[in-house]
Amino acid sequence: MTAASDLASSYDLVIVGGGPAGLAAAALAARAGVSTVLFDENPGVGGQIYRAITSTPVKDRAILGEDYWDGAALAADAKASGALIVNGATVWSLDREKIVGVSVGGKARMIAAKRVIIATGSQERPFPIPGWTLPGVMTAGGAQTALKAQGLVTQGRTVMAGSGPLLWLLAAQTLRAGGKIDAILDTTPRRNWAMAMFHLPDFMLSPYFAKGLSLLREVRAKVPVHRADTIEAVGKDKLTEVVFANGSVERRLPADLLLLHQGVVPNVNLANAAGVAHTWNDRQLCFVPVLDADFGSSVPGIAVAGDGAGIAGGTAAAERGRIAAIAAVRALRPEATLPDTQAIRQKLQREEMGRAFLDWLNRPADAFRRPEGETLACRCEEVTAKQVRDTARMGCEGPNQMKAFLRCGMGPCQGRLCGLTVTELIAAERGTSPEQVGYYRLRPPVKPITLAELASLPISEAERKAVER
Amino acid sequence: MARTADVVIIGGGLHGCSTALHLALRGLKPILIEKDYAGRHASGVNAGGVRQLARDLAEIPLSIASMDIWERIEELVGDNCGFESHGTVLVAESDEELAGFKARVDDLRLKGFTHEEMIDRAELKRLVPAVSDYCPGGVVSRRDGAADPFITTQAFRRRAVELGAEIVEGVTVTGLARSGANWRVETSDGAFEAPKVVNAAGAWADRIAAMLGEPVPLKVVAPMLMVTSRLPPFIQPVVILRGRKLSFKQRDNGTVVIGGGHLATPHRDSNETVIDWEKLAISARTVWELFPAMHEATIVRAWAGIEAYMPDGIPVVGRSSTSGGVFHQFGFSTHGFQLGPATGAVMAELVATGSTNTPIDGLQIERFR
Repeated sequence: MTAASDLASSYDLVIVGGGPAGLAAAALAARAGVSTVLFDENPGVGGQIYRAITSTPVKDRAILGEDYWDGAALAADAKASGALIVNGATVWSLDREKIVGVSVGGKARMIAAKRVIIATGSQERPFPIPGWTLPGVMTAGGAQTALKAQGLVTQGRTVMAGSGPLLWLLAAQTLRAGGKIDAILDTTPRRNWAMAMFHLPDFMLSPYFAKGLSLLREVRAKVPVHRADTIEAVGKDKLTEVVFANGSVERRLPADLLLLHQGVVPNVNLANAAGVAHTWNDRQLCFVPVLDADFGSSVPGIAVAGDGAGIAGGTAAAERGRIAAIAAVRALRPEATLPDTQAIRQKLQREEMGRAFLDWLNRPADAFRRPEGETLACRCEEVTAKQVRDTARMGCEGPNQMKAFLRCGMGPCQGRLCGLTVTELIAAERGTSPEQVGYYRLRPPVKPITLAELASLPISEAERKAVER
Repeated sequence: MARTADVVIIGGGLHGCSTALHLALRGLKPILIEKDYAGRHASGVNAGGVRQLARDLAEIPLSIASMDIWERIEELVGDNCGFESHGTVLVAESDEELAGFKARVDDLRLKGFTHEEMIDRAELKRLVPAVSDYCPGGVVSRRDGAADPFITTQAFRRRAVELGAEIVEGVTVTGLARSGANWRVETSDGAFEAPKVVNAAGAWADRIAAMLGEPVPLKVVAPMLMVTSRLPPFIQPVVILRGRKLSFKQRDNGTVVIGGGHLATPHRDSNETVIDWEKLAISARTVWELFPAMHEATIVRAWAGIEAYMPDGIPVVGRSSTSGGVFHQFGFSTHGFQLGPATGAVMAELVATGSTNTPIDGLQIERFR
């Protein structure tokens, strides 16, 4: 295990995140002779898609599917490349001078980087429905983490709800692992098909087409699927039933566990805190960093690769990581021999084909993104949708002003669970676009650190002198 | 066609908004021009300390006048601004330091100021039970407190508008020149004209002064703050140190705001600040020694607001030395929040009547000639 004290004070390339983008970037850069460190906050590499790839207790390869095991080669390649891979390393700060704040084993260090690749991937889109904070309601991604890392399958009466390919993937993985799902509530708006159909030909050529169809068939054969345009989690101290409606017909399902998922969005916090410019992507309904063809951001020397650059999936993430790494190597070590970029770009293009179809089809309905009434928008500070809407109507123009009035986004999650909701609510109330409204200005630390960790930063020369004087 | 007003105020921080409010109270029509939005910078993101304690002699009259307004802030702006009053305590970390504090407090008494009061070890422990045992005493200003900076600035802004002031946001001043009896203020959104202009442009105020041919040695700074997650209540007054840089307070919601003047790197043209974590680590170590109760605390956010620092650490308040009809109100040197309410009243008085009864000698721009 690498300890904080083992780290050098600077590296040519710092990569944040050990998913496919980070692993592929690290392997390529280290092989090209660039001093490379990869910080990953989990106990093992893999990111979310290949979580626990080196340690999962789920040994039956069929359960998690062949795509999952692709991660093993990426992990092995990165390890063999000579890149320093530090697990259990939380990066909590990055600024435009490319100073990286990282904690390992409760000790903090500031590391200087010549180049940085942010590969912090995606997070699940907030799914604010009435009752979503009840015990017994969790995200599908959370359930998938438990399956991959600990081999745990869901217990009790389980309902899954939402939209998007990952929902169906987790359903299939759960069923294969012996779990039971009582019902799936499909929230995909029917009218999305109109836009999506236009992109169906491309999608049919992409590798996701056949996989997606067979997943749907596999799950539908075993689990009743209902359409839902409203969902409510009901219970006193914990979830007891799920109430949903399709049009005017309301139905109730007794449930112990409700797994919610309506797609993933880029995890923008670190890039945002570093001053990287972002823009609203109306197809994916989220903010994405503004990037050049090499995934370089508006801050010189900082690139964003993988799903953090806009959702495209794990295979595309690896190719994006390679492209970003090639740009870093070219800047740091122009004499290095590099793989053929053109071939990588072609592979990436193939992977990204069909994305438009998935994006348009799985755009969550307005009602599931812009809650009403007493439904919580910000879980940390317990701010309701009504409060956000009322404050916007009173004249509050943006999420940063909203923070001061309601404290939404000021809790430990740093706005991860309410940022998009608050922006969209303000835009709706003020009759403007999310692009105009903007996102929270995120402040470091982007992950909470303890006072003790901060105090553990090595004492600088200047401070020592000040004390002696 | 230029838009006209009685007074153009440049800068929508607490000071500009307060001046707008007080001018409107006097029946004048001010237009305030702000390049971002009201409270975007230091006024909205400072530590919120409402402190008379440990101020420079030259600004004590303003500070005392402000305190009187803070205590009835809701009457003025229709919002309590989150103001809470539990005093500020300046903690001595050694007997030597305590003796130095006593000399100052004695001197203040001779000059007629009684708001600062020496406290011994027992009274310090009573006021701040969580403080480490090695501290021998300190100074308290019992009427001091803290407020929500952004809410305060917005409350002043809102009240000013209700009283007839006009606030123009997202508009940058690009030029300032005489035009007959008026001043003509060129902006990114057309020209404004008024016989009087107030420069309350904070970290950008030197640029306005330069347009008048009176350059000032303003330093752009960004004092850093950090805040913890919620902790059980353990301290009521604001605590500050003198020897080491620290200001420390627990808000009613349980979060603890830690500041004290360590500086981030400001970039005033892009509104960005870059946090210096090695300096915040110094603050963390100071807190560690002073408050053992904080050892398990979690830092959730650090930030810095961009503002102006003058070489002598006190603001510029008063008439322009070169340009009749122009007034300065900037350079509050990281402690302007408490002064906002009264400084706005004094500026309005000065603009409307030509003089003020509150002593502001020592704060004139001439001192930098």
